[in-house]
Amino acid sequence: MNDFVQLWVYLSTTPLFGLTATLVTYVLAATVYDRLNRAPWANPVLWSVICIGGVLLATATPYPTYFAGAQFVHVLLGPAVVALGWPLWQRRSEVKKRWLAITCAALIGGIAAGGSAVAIAWALDMPTEVVRSLASKSVTAPVAMGIAERVGGVPALAAVFAVLTGLVGAMSGKYVFDALGIKSWATRGFALGTAAHGIGAARALQVHADAGAYGGIALGLQVLLSAVLIPLLFRWFS
Amino acid sequence: MIEWQTFRNQVIYGDFLQFLSGGSARCDTRVVEHDAVNALRGLALLLLVQIAGEGLTRVLNLPFPGPVMGLVLLLIALHWAWIREPVAAIAEMLLAHLSLLFVPVGVGVITHLQLVSQFGWKLLLVIVLSTWIGLAVTALALRRLLRSDSADSEHP
Repeated sequence: MNDFVQLWVYLSTTPLFGLTATLVTYVLAATVYDRLNRAPWANPVLWSVICIGGVLLATATPYPTYFAGAQFVHVLLGPAVVALGWPLWQRRSEVKKRWLAITCAALIGGIAAGGSAVAIAWALDMPTEVVRSLASKSVTAPVAMGIAERVGGVPALAAVFAVLTGLVGAMSGKYVFDALGIKSWATRGFALGTAAHGIGAARALQVHADAGAYGGIALGLQVLLSAVLIPLLFRWFS
Repeated sequence: MIEWQTFRNQVIYGDFLQFLSGGSARCDTRVVEHDAVNALRGLALLLLVQIAGEGLTRVLNLPFPGPVMGLVLLLIALHWAWIREPVAAIAEMLLAHLSLLFVPVGVGVITHLQLVSQFGWKLLLVIVLSTWIGLAVTALALRRLLRSDSADSEHP
């Protein structure tokens, strides 16, 4: 028993632990998600976070120890943001034809999502740095962190808000669209990519190819628009 | 033994082969090797483009994050045909497993449990409400702007 504890203490401090925990948990969560016919509540990111977070808390393993290994997955977010150029380029004729409608919808939706978050948080009297970190919550985590830094928010908080937003969007999007009678897969995917960024777009991709393609376009557009507009807006208002 | 092999092929290789070969799981090793090399080349290209983006935003003091500039540079670079195949291989792989990449950041919630419990329902209310508003407004705006919601009604 003592040997086992020592082995655990040793293993949990090597980067190998964080990387293995992330991949194994995600592969298992994704398999369960597939088995359950990709039910919204079975979202693999949600359950991976709950399982890994639970283990870390139960074993009193500090987050930096876990992140030492998980960073190898995390670094790929950068190239993934760059890779968003591919779906945009692939559908360039469609994007060119409908660029005005698409850009307007992305702008209106992005402003509605970020603006309502800031307004509600402000009305509920939350601290300034929390409000500022909420502005970028509909942008994919790595970009949200960059934006938060520029507008006086806390990057780590912004990333957490972005992930929570993505999860809420991915899990409840279906019900929101059904309630509003939105039937087009393209529109559903586009809204998920705009309001629930990467996790929403990933969900769209898992549900339908059209939804996924438009989710990718929306995600790329949202990243471009918000990265330019949010810092400008804060400069004007503060 | 056979069961394990089927399981292994489906769970571990099946998915991998599927995106490497662009849709259907082909078992031709040469095709897989070729696509794997392409994906590796693509990753190297994406990283180069990202570094160029990071450098450019810093040097020109632009107001947006490096990877975003990288996205713009990639769109320009895709005009060269030779770049497309490797980029397609890696982009499809990265984007198909996009949600995995959010797990490390997501687990970071445990470092902010104090804040989450301090604002508990308020924080939840802000995030849930604003996300629903964002989803609804985007979807309604796009439907209004495109007026094509009835055009593709394969949704059951």
